Parts: sequence; C-alpha cells; structure tokens
Amino acid sequence: MYKYDGYDKQIVKERTAQFRDQTERYFNGSLSAEEFLPLRLQNGLYVQRHAPMLRIAVPYGMLSSRQLRKLAEISRIYDKGYMHFTTRQNVQFNWPKMAQVPDILEHLNSVEMHSIQTSGNCIRNTTTDQFAGVISNEVADPRPYCEIIRQWSTFHPEFAFLPRKFKIAVNACPDADRAATMVHDIGLELVRNDANELGFKVFVGGGLGRTPVIASEIRAFLPEKHLLSYLDAILRIYNMHGRRDNKYKARIKILVKALGDQEFARMVEEEWQHLKDNSTTLTQAEIDRVKTFFTEPEYAVLENEPASFVEQKTAHKGFANWVARNINSHKKPGYAIVTLTLKKTGTPPGDASDRQVEMIADMADKYSFGEVRVTHDQNIVLADVRQDQLFDLWQEAKAAGFATPNLNMLTDIICCPGGDFCGLANAKSIPVAEQIQSKFDDLDFIYDIGELHLNISGCMNACGHHHVGNIGVLGVDKRGDEFYQVSLGGSAGRDASLGKILGPSFARDDMPEVVEKLLQVFVENRTEEELFIDTYRRIGLDPFKERVYAKAD
Amino acid sequence: MPKLIKQSTIIDNVWLKLDKDSSETPETSAVLFPLERFLANPDLVIGQAESGVWLDSDQEPSALAPYIEKLSLIAINFPKFVDGRGYSYARQLRDKFKYQGELRAIGDVLHDQLFYMKRCGFDSFAVREDKDIESAKNGLNAFTECYQAATDQPEPLFRRRQ
Repeated sequence: MYKYDGYDKQIVKERTAQFRDQTERYFNGSLSAEEFLPLRLQNGLYVQRHAPMLRIAVPYGMLSSRQLRKLAEISRIYDKGYMHFTTRQNVQFNWPKMAQVPDILEHLNSVEMHSIQTSGNCIRNTTTDQFAGVISNEVADPRPYCEIIRQWSTFHPEFAFLPRKFKIAVNACPDADRAATMVHDIGLELVRNDANELGFKVFVGGGLGRTPVIASEIRAFLPEKHLLSYLDAILRIYNMHGRRDNKYKARIKILVKALGDQEFARMVEEEWQHLKDNSTTLTQAEIDRVKTFFTEPEYAVLENEPASFVEQKTAHKGFANWVARNINSHKKPGYAIVTLTLKKTGTPPGDASDRQVEMIADMADKYSFGEVRVTHDQNIVLADVRQDQLFDLWQEAKAAGFATPNLNMLTDIICCPGGDFCGLANAKSIPVAEQIQSKFDDLDFIYDIGELHLNISGCMNACGHHHVGNIGVLGVDKRGDEFYQVSLGGSAGRDASLGKILGPSFARDDMPEVVEKLLQVFVENRTEEELFIDTYRRIGLDPFKERVYAKAD
Repeated sequence: MPKLIKQSTIIDNVWLKLDKDSSETPETSAVLFPLERFLANPDLVIGQAESGVWLDSDQEPSALAPYIEKLSLIAINFPKFVDGRGYSYARQLRDKFKYQGELRAIGDVLHDQLFYMKRCGFDSFAVREDKDIESAKNGLNAFTECYQAATDQPEPLFRRRQ
C-alpha cells in the first residue's frame, strides 16, 4: 500500500497544526460557529445527536495492521472502545471530545492517517473495488489511480468550497462493479482502447440522496495521462455553474440534468481545451512511481484446492458454508479472498470494538501480509489468504464473531447509524436491521433465498444506499412517528438500477413480516437460476405489492 | 482607513468600491467599478491612471477577456466565504485569460481561506473589516507544500518530488 514520504508527512503535520489553531480560535471566540462549521466538516468533525462524530479517511479502503491497532488505541483513549466502518470505506468515532480532536489527529498522523476532506462541500475519499489487485479479470489495478486522485484532491485550492459534497469512484472490472460507480458524482471505469492503451470511461452525475440518478457517460475514452486535467475541467464547470441557492439541488447530478448530459460534456471539453497538456498532465514516471506501492506481495507458489483444504470442507459443514459464501477466488493459485462480516445479529452493522479490531489486525498479520480492506458494504476483506490456512483463519474469525457466513445474503444488511446516533435521521435504522436479522436466522433458508441486498437508510440522505438495495428501506417521519418506506429492484452493480417504491410505509414492528411476504412472492415465482433481483425484473412490482398490502381475511 | 494585505504586507486600502446600484462617478482615481458599469462604458474606466473592475460571484470573468491587458485591478467578491465560485474565476483570469495585474479578494474574506485564494492567483486580500487582519495574514502560509499545480506553483508536486 502507499507509503508516505517526507512531503506527505509534512502536509498532514501542517494540517494538524492548522486544525489545532482553528479549534483554539473557535474556543476563544475569534472564529464564529458559522465560520468554524465548514472548516471542521472538512476535517471530518460533525456535531451529532449525543456528541461530536469524527470521520477518519481510509483512502480507497486500505488499512495496515499497524493502522488498525492505532484506531483501536484511539477508540480506547478518546472514545468508548468501539468504531464504525462506513459505506464510504471510512471509519467513524461516535464519542470524541471536540477539544481533543487535534490530539487524535496527531495519533493518526503517526501511522500515516488523517481525516482530511471526509466531510464538507469538497472532494471526498475516492473509493474503489475492495478486491482491487487480487482478482484476475481487472483491466489494471485501480488503486494507483485512486492514490493519484487522492493527492490531487487533497487541499485542492480551487475546489474547497464547492456547491456540495463530491464523490469519485473507480472501477476496473469489466463484469462487476463493487464500487457503485454509477451512483457517484464522477464514476471512472478503467478501460483499454483498440490500441491497447489504458484510459478511463468517464461518467458524471450519478447519486443517491433525495434525487437518485444513474450517471451519464460523457467520454468514452480518456487517456490515463489526462486524468487530472480532465477532472479539473469537470470540477470547474460544476464549481462555476452548480446551484448554490438550495442545498438539495446543489449536487452535480442536478446540473447535469438541467443542462443535459451532452451540453454538460461540451462545456467540459471546451474548458479542457486550455487545460489539456498543462503541467498537471501525468507523467509516465509518476504513474510508475505510484504503481510501485501496489505491487504484489511475496506469494508462495501453490496449487489450488490443496488436499487439506478439501478434507476440511468435507469434514466441517460450517466451514464449507463459510467458504461457499464468504470466499472469492484469487488471481493466484492456492490463495483466496476472505470477507470477514461485521454483520452478526445483535451488533449494529459496521460496528467493531477495539478488541475486535485488534483481532482483525492479528489475523491480517498472520494470514494476509498485514493488510485489510474496508468494503462499502461495511465488511472487512483479507485479500491474500492461503487456502491451506483458511480453516485456521475460519476458527479464529468464528470465535471473534466475524465469520457469519452471510456475505451478500439477506442478513448482510447495509445500514447507516440512523436515529440512534445521527442528527439528520428521521428514524432509527439499526433496530430494523436487528429485527430482520433475528427473524431470518436460519442459514439454510437464507442460502436458499440466495444473493439479496437489503439496504437501510434512516433518512433521505441515503447513507445506507437504500435506492440501490434489491430491497431498500427508508426511515420516514410521519407526524412524529418513525415509519419505513420499502422499495424494490435497486442494484448498485454492473446493471445499476434504482428501486421503485412499493407503497405506503410501515411501522417498525411490521418490517420483518413485510420482508417475509416479499420473500414468499419471490420463492413462489422464481425459476431455478433466478436471484431475487432477476425475478423482480421479470414479474415487476405488482405481485409483491398485492401480497404485502393484501387485506387479512 | 480600511486595510488590506498586498504581497504579504498590510497597507491602507485606498480604493473606492462602487456598489452595483451606485450612479456616482467619482472624480478620484482608484475606483472599483461594478462589471455592469464598466461594460456600459469601458473607455471611461480604462482611461484612468488606475482602473479597476469588480465581479460578483455570479459574474464570470470571460466578460473581461477583451480588456485584460488594460486593467490594473480586478476584484472578485465573495458574498459568503462558502461561495467558492471566485476561486475558479481567479484561475481562469490568471491561466486562461493571462491576466497579469492585481487580483483582489473582497467581501467575506477570512483567515482560513487566504491560502487557497493565494494559490488560485489572488495577490491582495481585503480581509473582512471586523476581523483582525494581522492574525488573518498567518492564513497565507498555512502550508509549505502542496500536491497540485496552481497559479502560485506552476509545477505539481509529482514533477518536483525528490
């Protein structure tokens, strides 16, 4: 993974000094609350329902075991001994004291971490595929480009006060999209042209929130060296023309809709003409330099499916289940990609205690070259595990509560912190996740249902990505009571689509039964090879609607 | 007299800024005209020894392109410091329209934005009058190193790293 040099260290150090000074000026009154607000947000500091919340940047989801141990230590000293992994591959602390944040930042700097631009109306953490670099069918490893974008976007002087927040995602996989690029402000897809040169297909204007939109393609091929100057052009057009009169209409998706994607593309190209080939044009030396940080670890020469592994699967059904569900195939023979699920019933999705995080760090050191990846569906990936060590890892992960074999299943719920923690939420979301997880605790049933994405957001801001859940749940406020609106048919993948609202909303206690009825309709109608989303797309909304809203006899 | 920061020094701000709805035509030199007044009679302004125009945050600098070489001061207004359009206008004036004269930030100009403004090509800063300009000046030097190329540093860090 990327290692800081003297320049990177200097920049984060100066940032911490700057934020310490800003915090002091806020407390001594020379900086008003209104003036401090965007400054603290650009440093990931929110004032929440109970306490401030601090969001830490995890660039494109990569963490070392050393960084994990530091996060655990911070959570013990400055928080309540746990942390939350977010849908933007970041980490949040829910109980820090505002005056102590500069000290927390110093701890983070010591392990090459920070909280720069994790909130606010600026360019946020760039996200990518959690399997980057370890799958066989990617065009190229997207992480070097994410790091190049990270450096370009860090304290970009022109784009610190955009109309609204701005999120970029990169995908490099032709047949899958685990980074939800089509619902980002900019989605970049690594591609090769006919001459076999690397470049990007550029999408803009996707997003969730109040106005969910699938992104539009504005350029079929952008040579890799032009990446940053082209991003400059897109951001400049947005910065100059995006709406600033209404925060709900300020995202780039609204501008792209208002202008039309072709007109928006024309404006970008026109602005780019005088930026193209400027000094921001990437050099091959720089691309190569950044790529050296993402080379392969020292893999052993191994065979797939070693005898011990095959025997262990036969002897232990639980292990076989876990392998079937939570393991993805690795580009190297004899290795596997393991997803540790933070979705055990009774634990808020994405939450982990200090001790659990240290156990993950230990497992990373022992089994996966000391690195992990945070996923946008709030799990943790060990990307380089030997197949002949999977059984040992499974036993440790099971004991630690990370081996619930439900990856991409009904109970692998994406969920925002909701009304239990968040000041914006209309409704609680964690208890809904828990009720659904408790109701469907029979693994055989869950496996029979197959892959199904259930996403829960506590409000329109859609941090739980409910629009792109096969089943989406949105918390709404009805005259002071918490209700839940259900939508069907969303997908964040390669075939991205937005869910359709089923009908009137439900009380929280009715939610497990509503989900049960939706599943019944699926089971009765599916063909042998269909997943939930396939059946929905074939039969449409009505059969589900009729069942859920049918009057009792 | 109000103060401003120019080339890292605090000096008196001798310029008179005319509001958009003002109809007066001062006899003095060093007047900042609103864009509309300027465009209505560019020669009146350009004829002055010191000529200046100010843009509001919804007025793109392309309107000034024909006059770039004849202006000695362009000011960009920040009605609220969170309105960041002025940063792009400054970049366009410097990099696209090759404006060489003085570029001033006016309006809600505060300590913590000066560094970004400087990077985008502003070289004078009319810090909001109720603020301590001496303290605000420190904001110009929040960082000693930057990743990106900008008007103040034409080479991005990746072309300079050693």
